[in-house]
Amino acid sequence: MTDSKTSETETADLETFRSETRVWLEANCPPEMRKPATSDTDVFWGGRNAKFASEPQRIWFERMRDKGWTVPDWPKEYGGGGLSAAEHKVLRAEMGRIGARPPLSSFGIWMLGPALLKYGNEAQKKEHLPKIAAGLIRWCQGYSEPNAGSDLASLQTRAESDGDDFVITGSKIWTSYANYADWIFCLVRTDSAAKKHDGISFILFDMTSKGVTTKPILLISGYSPFCETFFDGVRVPKSHVVGTVNRGWDVAKYLLQHERAMISGMGERGVGRPLGQIAADSVGTDPQGKLDDSMLRGRIASFDVDEAALAACAERAVDLAKAGQAHPAFSSAMKYYGTELNKRRYEILMSAGGVDALEWESERSRQGARPRAWLRTKANSIEGGTTEVMLGIVAKRILDLPGA
Amino acid sequence: MALVLTEEQSMLRDSARGLISDKAPVSHLRSLRDSKDPTGFSKEFWHSFAEMGFAGLLVPEEFGGSGLGFMEAGIVMEEIGRTLMPSPFLATSVVAASALNRGGDAAQKSEYLPKVSNGSLLATLAIDEGAKHRPLQTNLRAVRAGDGFKLSGAKALVVDGHVADLFIVAARSAGSAGERDGLTLFLVNPKAKGVAIERTIMVDAHNAARIELSNVEVNADSVLGEVDHAAALLDGVLDIGRGAVAAEMVGLSDEVFNRTVEYLKNRKQFGKLIGEFQALQHRAAELYVDIEITRAATMKALQALDADVTKAASAVAVAKARAGTTATRAVQEGVQMHGGMGMTDQFDIGFFMKRARVCEELFGDANYHTEQLAKARGY
Repeated sequence: MTDSKTSETETADLETFRSETRVWLEANCPPEMRKPATSDTDVFWGGRNAKFASEPQRIWFERMRDKGWTVPDWPKEYGGGGLSAAEHKVLRAEMGRIGARPPLSSFGIWMLGPALLKYGNEAQKKEHLPKIAAGLIRWCQGYSEPNAGSDLASLQTRAESDGDDFVITGSKIWTSYANYADWIFCLVRTDSAAKKHDGISFILFDMTSKGVTTKPILLISGYSPFCETFFDGVRVPKSHVVGTVNRGWDVAKYLLQHERAMISGMGERGVGRPLGQIAADSVGTDPQGKLDDSMLRGRIASFDVDEAALAACAERAVDLAKAGQAHPAFSSAMKYYGTELNKRRYEILMSAGGVDALEWESERSRQGARPRAWLRTKANSIEGGTTEVMLGIVAKRILDLPGA
Repeated sequence: MALVLTEEQSMLRDSARGLISDKAPVSHLRSLRDSKDPTGFSKEFWHSFAEMGFAGLLVPEEFGGSGLGFMEAGIVMEEIGRTLMPSPFLATSVVAASALNRGGDAAQKSEYLPKVSNGSLLATLAIDEGAKHRPLQTNLRAVRAGDGFKLSGAKALVVDGHVADLFIVAARSAGSAGERDGLTLFLVNPKAKGVAIERTIMVDAHNAARIELSNVEVNADSVLGEVDHAAALLDGVLDIGRGAVAAEMVGLSDEVFNRTVEYLKNRKQFGKLIGEFQALQHRAAELYVDIEITRAATMKALQALDADVTKAASAVAVAKARAGTTATRAVQEGVQMHGGMGMTDQFDIGFFMKRARVCEELFGDANYHTEQLAKARGY
């Protein structure tokens, strides 16, 4: 704000961008893509074997991809839209205004991409980022192991040096959509003599490599979004290590910040019909139009207050990051609150739905969509770091409390 | 608009913080309380506050003010919350100034606003009548008499009521309690015949009064805004007050939290710093997150007020509701984690607990504002 003329010009440019974006979205976002996704098939994940669930989904994805707006703030040279932080915020607001769905969902966009932009070498960026942006390659995350959950750094999957390659042996668990993924970003132990944080490397490889197998895990929701993933002597070129060998924990932590930001967003998905109206359909209203269950009404109203406040905080977190004032561990704070809030949302939805929300297998219930989604949310406060781990991080890294 | 302070706003915060923490730390409130100070705040300090442009912060420059926005008023309120400084800033500079500026005609503005700016006039809104904040339940009667009105009824929790030079009284000029139509705001001279004022010493040692009006005569020029149609004006003024109190509560919560975390890092029991215990670490972390979320919601509300006061109601309801639950949690955890020390009068933490309780009732508590949001969303 040193030069008021400059900032006036910038504001004017931004308003031009806003009006152009609005017009473009109006003309290019199909009406079907302006409704919230209600099931996993409504979400386009990309990848070698990707299929579009509908023609509008294809059209919307391709139009956005052609503008670089699957990853609006990535540099253009890597397939992004090259938008400034302010323009990106405008685009999000304008998409939100018409309820436009994200054209492409992917762990490549949310997690690997930011880590590659920061830690990847030029060859790695050129190879992988454009394919993520264009939805050509679907990625999965090889982090947790059977004996390394909350204590992730104790992971045991070995990568042994053999000439120009590493040979990887071990297993991962809770690998989201590993059975659909084309490539994996994976934490492996490259030095077993070093202290646990110091012998880890961050490596990329193709899931069709010899020695990789996956086995879906059936969850309480009846779905299998997670897999066990086994590596039996998988040969990977050393050039696939991101960052420095044995310094993979830095990359891993940086990526986790993005993962946590992604998961915390679940708590503030204020799209679709408001909870109060969903509840009114099933529990009814009194003559004044108030929900006919005053305790439930109170819970919903408290939820709405917290959800709106969290949305403000998420917006502020982005603004602070852009201003260079964000605490790097703040994503842990947001992850904790966002996931707990999302669990509250689904407890309310189950309570509001009553008996109707209990059907597990019927057309009427869309094969139990609500109870399955309710059960799915219970993982929110476990995956990507448990609530307890998040609170520990806040206590130590932000509040600087003593111990461990 | 980004939810971070601009460079100018950071400078304003620093200068307010410097002045307030230097001249009016918590010990300032303590000595006013202990000496039963008849004014309840420092007039001398209020004048230096006015000289720095804070008294007229929201007043347009043409009336001698600084012409700043609600975000800036919130910044000052947050600093006031950190030391619990008693001052006319909320009642006069935020609420009354906004009522006069938004509702006043040219004559009323030029009579009162310059005096607000230079710190010479103390004004206050008299709104609550019952135990809880229910603006539409206003039942203090205004009956037409000649060219003017006669006012009769009682008000409670009139901030600075015993030292104010001007009351802005919400009255019912038509209809009955509970109705939106039929409300009128009147400018009333506290020295007018028929006005009885009782200073009420409150739990937080801040100023408040009960006032009673018995056939108080006011002329037609004393009407602020429109006769019978003050509801919209009142909504805006109250929302401004709510945003400001929410900001005070953020400052208060943050200060209690900082003091509590400091204590966790210094107090030893069982041969350890108590901050090493995970039970306390997690509670502290939860409270930190609560405060940050409430801070963001409050900034959002103040920005919404700056953008358009008449469209800020939901954002303000969210902020004041959150501020209520967060401050309540902050002071309770503050006292609990300080253990026996937290229960002593000698220790400052209790002052914060008491002020939080009053702020919670000011302009509607968390339940009230949660209810407002539910109504606005149609369920």
